[in-house]
Amino acid sequence: MCLGIPGKVVEINDDGPLRMGKIDFGGVRKEACLAYVPEVVLGEYVIVHVGFAISKLDEDEALKTLELLRMIDADMVDMELGSMFVPDGSPAPEASPAVQPATAPPAVTA
Amino acid sequence: MKYIDEYRDSEVAGKLVEEIHRITTKPWALMEVCGGQTHTLVKQGIDEALPKGVRMIHGPGCPVCVTPLEQIDKALAIAARPDVTFTSYGDMLRVPGSTTDLLSLKARGADVRIVYSPLDAVRIASANPDRQVVFFAIGFETTAPANAMAVWQASRLGLDNFTVLVSHVLVPPAMTAILDSPTCQVQAFLAAGHVCAVMGWTEYEPIAAKYHVPIVVTGFEPLDLLEGILMAIRQLEEGRAVVENQYARAVKREGNRAAQDAILRVFEPGDRTWRGIGSIPSSGLHLRAAFAKFDAEARFDVGDIHTQEHPACIAGQILQGTKTPLDCTAYGTLCSPQKPLGAPMVSAEGVCSAYHAAGRGLAAPTAFPLYELSRPDR
Repeated sequence: MCLGIPGKVVEINDDGPLRMGKIDFGGVRKEACLAYVPEVVLGEYVIVHVGFAISKLDEDEALKTLELLRMIDADMVDMELGSMFVPDGSPAPEASPAVQPATAPPAVTA
Repeated sequence: MKYIDEYRDSEVAGKLVEEIHRITTKPWALMEVCGGQTHTLVKQGIDEALPKGVRMIHGPGCPVCVTPLEQIDKALAIAARPDVTFTSYGDMLRVPGSTTDLLSLKARGADVRIVYSPLDAVRIASANPDRQVVFFAIGFETTAPANAMAVWQASRLGLDNFTVLVSHVLVPPAMTAILDSPTCQVQAFLAAGHVCAVMGWTEYEPIAAKYHVPIVVTGFEPLDLLEGILMAIRQLEEGRAVVENQYARAVKREGNRAAQDAILRVFEPGDRTWRGIGSIPSSGLHLRAAFAKFDAEARFDVGDIHTQEHPACIAGQILQGTKTPLDCTAYGTLCSPQKPLGAPMVSAEGVCSAYHAAGRGLAAPTAFPLYELSRPDR
């Protein structure tokens, strides 16, 4: 119920009492109320909860997060280089099992 | 799917796990507030990949789980009436009341219907003027804008056969209650991303300052959770305690103003009882006086409700994070998703159902988490 799913706005109807639209969730299309995202235009992405778009997805922020996540390795190299000159005596981290991508249908939550 | 697949990259996830291990020097206890986050953590084995001593405590953010038994029993009493069409989000149907559940009532002939959106319930009321249509308006700040809009639309349409049984709860007062508990072990929070998409995070700033507890607004995909955990541990290690936003693609500091306005137009804050936890001051939403005619509790006299929890169920302690499903004697034996004793085993956001789906503590796992397959010892 509190599940929220990102989808692309493919249809907008501003004629009725409420701003409504159709959202494409990876091929599955559902109607959603767009009253809370008056700024959203066709082709943009929103997060939909119980038939209501509650948030517009910010493409720039999404890309920034991904870039940041992918930079972690580079940062680690820099820090490792830095730490060579400031020995702190702390042990190296243990290796840990990698986390696999989810395989479930895209159900996200509150 | 865009905005999902790229946040499930296992290579990046591995690097994040390594980075968490690298920066962690002490044992820490973090709470993920939302049940959806719990499911991703457990399903992906993220909590088990963290450094030794770093513990994820599962929070009470499962709306189905915290809806008080008394409200479920009231729902059952109302739904059993022959003049009522009872509408609800699907995950409420199998939540056990004191003696039965909505699905069993439906099987016995009651007019109980699942709706995807509360606007569907308004449509049913509009199309069936001879039926009393009741909607079970439960949830956190995420469903409140939708439920508020349903009441607003019913009011606009002048419907006199539509009411809502309200059981709305709010996250920040629950976090404060957890922090005020003398047995509290939580040192940092991953705040629920979609609750914050609606409400923003200004409410959390005084909590972070007063209790000196880091709060990181976090999304729901594996990479979101790993980054949220990394940000929270970084704050803990550096002795900082502020609100940070990991989920910047969906959450702004001020949240969604239009949705907040709609909530406050229809609802006002008030005390609420949380199933398994008890009453928390100002932790819920109630209909404003102007919308009192849409209150199902006023419309239908349900008589005296005497609630009774199953004696074996320890859902209350699990919801407060003091116990895990593995501490429950009924888990996986008396209680399963097919035959749930308590709400956390029913809901897609419940801790018990998350553990059960991942096969944790079960003799024969019902599912085999993928991360297990990739472990070198297998």
